[in-house]
Amino acid sequence: MTPVIGLGHFLTVAAILFTIGVFGIFLNRKNIIIILMSVELILLAVNINFVAFSAHLQDLVGQVFALLILTVAAAEAAIGLAILVIFFRNRGSIAVDDVNMMKG
Amino acid sequence: MTLPLFFFYLFSTIVIASALMVIASRNPVHSVLFLILAFVNAAGIFMLAGAEFLALILIVVYVGAVAVLFLFVVMMLDVDFGELRRGMLQYMPVGALIGIILLLELLLVAGAAYLVPEAAGSGALPIDGGIENTRALGLVLYTRYIYLFQASGLILLVAMIGAIVLTLRHKPNVKRQDVAKQTARNKATGVEVVKVESGKGL
Repeated sequence: MTPVIGLGHFLTVAAILFTIGVFGIFLNRKNIIIILMSVELILLAVNINFVAFSAHLQDLVGQVFALLILTVAAAEAAIGLAILVIFFRNRGSIAVDDVNMMKG
Repeated sequence: MTLPLFFFYLFSTIVIASALMVIASRNPVHSVLFLILAFVNAAGIFMLAGAEFLALILIVVYVGAVAVLFLFVVMMLDVDFGELRRGMLQYMPVGALIGIILLLELLLVAGAAYLVPEAAGSGALPIDGGIENTRALGLVLYTRYIYLFQASGLILLVAMIGAIVLTLRHKPNVKRQDVAKQTARNKATGVEVVKVESGKGL
């Protein structure tokens, strides 16, 4: 199978998506739920890069690695949301600019 | 414009637009729904790149599990989201600056990347056009990458136990079944023999 869509197209989309993720972290400094979603977007951009290179180089390793990234992303979302829930239970708010409560 | 290219532009436009809506949306429930839209369209992009298994797994894992988890948490927590958005414009300039610099750098790298033609097909696992993507992935995932596969399973197990341990809480005034206490009962502690004289109660 010869790739119909050039590698540059995929890389451009992934770069824009990655930038949107980073920008989202800056934009929603207080809302940790949106920050977690931005992290998911960043991981999606990385996965698009892996799949694009896998298709372009005709190499399956990229897809295997993307599968592992998917696993880690799911685990990270679960743990992050669990921490968010107990933080909300303790504080009654999810504003992340005062998370330094838990020192020591 | 060929049909795959048309669909690629369609999917990528929707992915980028919905990713923008994820970070800019006023209501976090809308953010989660746009995240779902972004992932479904990213699955379309994966499909165009020939990674069919990964595309469907993306829908199953993200739309089926992660997004629903996000939705659940957003709806469960009673958070004043308007208050959280107050400082948003304050962070906008520095965020935009860093974002633009990052995007320019990434696009420079992506535009200048040059792959020697011999690199194609000389990878560790060349894709065989004869067998379908799912079978090819399964053939290497359970043999060559078995340790990585097991490690990712272990990561999921640790994440599951961690999430349960973090969020489980026992309320003190709720009656619960204590199995250890029940099975530890024996005749000596559970039964009391009382002599009752006739004509009298206990």
